[in-house]
Amino acid sequence: MTAEKQEILTRLRQQISAAQGFKPAINAQGDGFGLGEIEACFPSNVFPIGTIHEFLAENAEDAAASEGFIAGLLAKLMENGSSCLWISRNRKLFPPSLEAFGTDPQQIIFIDLYYTKEILWVTEEALKCEGLACVIAEISDIDFAQSRRLQLATEKSHVTGLLLRKEPKHSLSATACTARWQIRPQPTALINGIPGVGNPRWEVNLLKVKNGEGGKFYIEWAEDRFAPFESPEYRAQPETISLPERGLTA
Amino acid sequence: MSRFLSIYFTNLLCDYLAIKKPELKDRVYVFTMSQKNRIMVTAASREAEKQGIAAGTVLADAKAIIPDILAFDDELDFNKKLLVRIAKWAIRYSPVVAIDLPDGIIIDSSGCSHLLGGEESYLQTIIGKLTASGYNCSGSISDTIGASWAIARLGKKSQIIAPAQQYNALLNLPPMALRLEQPIIQRLHKLGFDKIGKFIQLPSAMLRRRFGQEFLLRLGQALGTEEETITPIIIKAPYEERLYCLEAIRTKPAIEMAIEKLLQSLCDRLAKEGLGIRSAELKGYRLDGRVTETMIGTNQPTHQVPHLAKLFELKISQIEPALGIELFILTATKTETVHAIQEKLWSGKQGLADQALAQLLDRLAGKVGPQAIRRYIPQAHYWPERSLRPAVSLEEKTEVKWQKSNPRPMEMLHKPAAIQVTAPIPDYPPMNFRYKEDLHLVAKADGPERIEQEWWMQQGEHRDYYILEDDKGRRYWVFRSGHYNEEGSAWFLHGFFA
Repeated sequence: MTAEKQEILTRLRQQISAAQGFKPAINAQGDGFGLGEIEACFPSNVFPIGTIHEFLAENAEDAAASEGFIAGLLAKLMENGSSCLWISRNRKLFPPSLEAFGTDPQQIIFIDLYYTKEILWVTEEALKCEGLACVIAEISDIDFAQSRRLQLATEKSHVTGLLLRKEPKHSLSATACTARWQIRPQPTALINGIPGVGNPRWEVNLLKVKNGEGGKFYIEWAEDRFAPFESPEYRAQPETISLPERGLTA
Repeated sequence: MSRFLSIYFTNLLCDYLAIKKPELKDRVYVFTMSQKNRIMVTAASREAEKQGIAAGTVLADAKAIIPDILAFDDELDFNKKLLVRIAKWAIRYSPVVAIDLPDGIIIDSSGCSHLLGGEESYLQTIIGKLTASGYNCSGSISDTIGASWAIARLGKKSQIIAPAQQYNALLNLPPMALRLEQPIIQRLHKLGFDKIGKFIQLPSAMLRRRFGQEFLLRLGQALGTEEETITPIIIKAPYEERLYCLEAIRTKPAIEMAIEKLLQSLCDRLAKEGLGIRSAELKGYRLDGRVTETMIGTNQPTHQVPHLAKLFELKISQIEPALGIELFILTATKTETVHAIQEKLWSGKQGLADQALAQLLDRLAGKVGPQAIRRYIPQAHYWPERSLRPAVSLEEKTEVKWQKSNPRPMEMLHKPAAIQVTAPIPDYPPMNFRYKEDLHLVAKADGPERIEQEWWMQQGEHRDYYILEDDKGRRYWVFRSGHYNEEGSAWFLHGFFA
């Protein structure tokens, strides 16, 4: 396919999506988040801000991985010094850890609530506040109407909303979110062969993208930015720790 | 010229009891209290008074008159409590209301009576409402507290003394109308002065010599030549606005309008003085005598009406108008100097200094409570739980940096969870561990990072932290509490890494 043809196709695709009522991302012209291939899944090849994303986390390990990934996104979203709201119920996030992902924990306001109704209300109010960079809401389940309300709120204010769905009961239910993510931890690689635990690595599963195609990607957080790494066909075998002759003790 | 309304309750305690226990109506009953080994009557009901039983009678004497008299225990200062309660109710008619022990209240009605269509109907309304609720009372309005007191208790004809007419009104009253001590009253009667008019003309030097300075003071206070002040039960706050509703309101839009009107005038005043509201209270005085209270608070001092109105709007659902609210009082309970901001040009400020954010947090605090909203700043402690603390304000900054040398887990458990661990030798990371029934084989490990107890704050074992990665790539933060122990050490899982 020639470059000319490719260009025509891109233009036609844009026209079709515009005719379908799809608004291009606000940052369509801006620089991306350094997510590499992942960003190519989205229309205009950029991680869309000013919209709602949802992250599914089936267990605590996945939740921690998702929070790490979100922290990486926040670093970029909060670059200009704006602040963000983290709304949760029974929050386990340990704020100092955000520092490792280039996000200043002091800029984040945490709101700890108990009732889902309150979480939804606060999230919607927060999404209407234009000065915020991002609103993160920990909520396990959300129905279509509720997510649509949030989506409408962000469309007006251009605040990015991230829903972290911990241990969802209905993970496949329809929502009005732009993208559905699933982040899982991956075995790390040793840096220069030094024993220990390496940079955080994740398997990023884009389950659903509005006007785009999902996929499975492998990405790590190294030197204060996202970097893709080779798909790990090979799973690191548990390294045996050489035991002294005395044997095992519990 | 000041005008004072004095209200006298003839049977305060007994009326109160009759309101609480309607079956007592028209019964003979008294309140008693033990005094000097005798049981004395402290208050008597109307029916009892007709039989000649009054405060000061011994209960035994009263029983001699009426054998089946009902006696209730009086409580010290109970009449004061009752009067304060009535005075608080009366706040709706004037901001300055004082109690007048032992059996009355005084309302400073200056500039208030026209709200109810003149003094006549002002007095009728208040007395009418008290009577309707079951209190036997009478009231009087005049220029001085002393004259009002006298007319309310002893007046025969007109209850309202026109300005500067208190002299004439007092002439026909007995000397006890001057609030004098009992011995002085007795002496006056002994000398034949059974009406104030008989001695009011006498030279003051003579009166002072015979009856003392106190007597002249009381006379002067009644006539208005001596100053008399009252202590209001509620001191009027410096920033307070009242809105009297001609018709009791009970709908949401009406309450909204009332709030907006009050805020408008209060904020205008605050803006002129360069102040802003940090907390405010709205009181609604209901027709049934109850008072609804609504409080709001803000993160930054503000005198912007739309923002404050929004904060109250979130609370309107908590206001119960019942039959209707007849008076709103808005008080700025805490004010601070506002740092002037240019409202349009610089409104696009980023980050925590953003006005819109402060306003959002005010609204959230109004709905879910301020304790739900937190921001964290670092603290100079290595112990993980103590390495951060909630910030006091949005602006608070600290010199302490987040510690970066050692990674910290993304999620941390509020309480470390006990795990079973197979560890090879002292200070080696575990080979595997069991958490919530799942066995995790450790593939990679980092550590230990020893964190000592801060002995000046807490006693206990130190912790040796390890970062573990299991065979599936999941990363954990575990620690061994204390030193390695041959019999088995205590291991805990404390967090999850990203």
